Amino acid sequence: MANRINREQVQHVAGLAKLEFTDAQLDAFTPQLDDIIGLFETLSEVDTEGVEATSSVSDQLNVMREDVADNWGQSQALLKNAPDAARGFIKVPAIIDESEDN
Amino acid sequence: MNYFKTDLASLHADLVAKKISSKELTQATLDNIKATDPKVDAFLNLNEEAALKQAAEIDAQGISADQPLAGIPVALKDNIVTKGMKTTAASKMLENFTPVYDATVTEKLAQAQMITVGKTNMDEFAMGGSTENSAFKTTKNAWDQTKVPGGSSGGSATAVASGQVPAALGSDTGGSIRQPASFNGIVGIKPTYGRVSRWGLIAFGSSLDQIGPLTHGVKDNASVLSAISGHDDHDLTSSTQAVPDFAAELNEATSVKGMRIGLPKEFLAEGVSDDVKAAILAAADTYRKLGATVDEVSLPHNKYGVAAYYIIASSEASSNLQRFDGIRYGYRAQDVQNLEDVYVKSRSEGFGDEVKRRIMLGTFSLSAGFYDAYFLKAAKVRTVIMNDFKAVLKDHDFIMGPVAPTPAFGIGAEIKDPLTMYMNDVLTIPVNLAGLPGLSLPAGFSNNLPVGMQLIGRPFDESTLYKAGYAFEQNTDFHLQVPTLGGQN
Repeated sequence: MANRINREQVQHVAGLAKLEFTDAQLDAFTPQLDDIIGLFETLSEVDTEGVEATSSVSDQLNVMREDVADNWGQSQALLKNAPDAARGFIKVPAIIDESEDN
Repeated sequence: MNYFKTDLASLHADLVAKKISSKELTQATLDNIKATDPKVDAFLNLNEEAALKQAAEIDAQGISADQPLAGIPVALKDNIVTKGMKTTAASKMLENFTPVYDATVTEKLAQAQMITVGKTNMDEFAMGGSTENSAFKTTKNAWDQTKVPGGSSGGSATAVASGQVPAALGSDTGGSIRQPASFNGIVGIKPTYGRVSRWGLIAFGSSLDQIGPLTHGVKDNASVLSAISGHDDHDLTSSTQAVPDFAAELNEATSVKGMRIGLPKEFLAEGVSDDVKAAILAAADTYRKLGATVDEVSLPHNKYGVAAYYIIASSEASSNLQRFDGIRYGYRAQDVQNLEDVYVKSRSEGFGDEVKRRIMLGTFSLSAGFYDAYFLKAAKVRTVIMNDFKAVLKDHDFIMGPVAPTPAFGIGAEIKDPLTMYMNDVLTIPVNLAGLPGLSLPAGFSNNLPVGMQLIGRPFDESTLYKAGYAFEQNTDFHLQVPTLGGQN
């Protein structure tokens, strides 16, 4: 099989995407991603010399609006969806690693 | 309630004439869902209490003749947010998420006084073509419970096809309304990009996503699309184009006489099963008999659509799904020591395999050293594919072809092989890349499983698709055949 992407590259991309995989998952994902990237490479057969890229197919261009703050008054309802909250704030673990002594 | 033998106009007439109340209709609908859903698993959550309350209020006000959808039940795909009603996108990530606002389409259905009876199952974050990627359950095809319903709007398609609701909303990024509609023998439309507001649709591929209705018949579909369409200040890609009363344009006089239809030779090429091919060729003959011209045309770059799409859609998804970080809402991993672990472990535990594959493909395509060769190349090929459609639609009123290369496949048959699964979308994906409207409607059977036909139109010309679909429906009986499920028909 052509090696378009290897385990190390898959791990690198996972790091960029804030994902982690076990060895077994890497074994399964790497050849799957390699196959799909093989499909991506068929695009090189298409002549796109001088062709503009399309990023949007909307018929609306450069829509402007006033930047007005809108108070929903729903902070309590929003906080109910937070995994952890106290006194009107979202709680998160300490940013500094508590498992290390530094 | 037997939704097979009625349509939205008849339901409306019965409600206005008080032959049935909205509360009775809603109760009967909920009872029937509870009786039939153990067989098909179309629903994730029911909205029983609020639905009955809303129905009673509508009954108390009375339903007037100018409220054609008032008091009629509808189901929503679970990636459309509903205030106070759990919305999960069929992901463990959002298992306990309750939105604090309504999607624009949810609001528009409420204005039309439709009753949302529940939220339907789907592939996680709308990624997949079989509804097997749901974190919660696998929906079954209404016609054969060993087959997939298609996806990602498989719950909405099965709910309509099995007679649970007369209409449902789905979303379509690469075929996710049209393919399950085809697999279940019902009608589904992917509207023109910008026709329907995406505000409150949990984002997957923002330049491709559109919400649209799934129904038993073409006219019902047209009624619901008119109700949910239109410009929205909350979605700056939504169009300011006027919204026609699509259903009002459909009547006994509706005809395709004099229309020119393009049938791309690539749509009947390798990979398309003989039965599907035969159904589409027979449909072309039907259109000829009705006075239309059907020409063989070519979309030479159609086969590159899948590759371009999986780069573009995955790139957009990898960006859109960054928001799921375990901080403000959604799943957070336990026993984490620092902030980086909150991100990595929450995402790795909260997302399923297909979502991770798409995030990986997108992150790869956008990463340093690969952006030009993958993302930028795909965005240029997108332009080439759009130009193919433009050339054909310049002198053809619409394009016809199959929706999917085959009828519904078996549950478990393709889920281990992502690339094979991706190739199922070869005939629907190019339509999303080009932003065009695509209508899926019943056009035949293969071993007792429905085969769908796809009609593709010019931007904002859903009217022509509905007219052509309606004319076909009036002259065929595929849409009148219904699955046998729990003996209610």
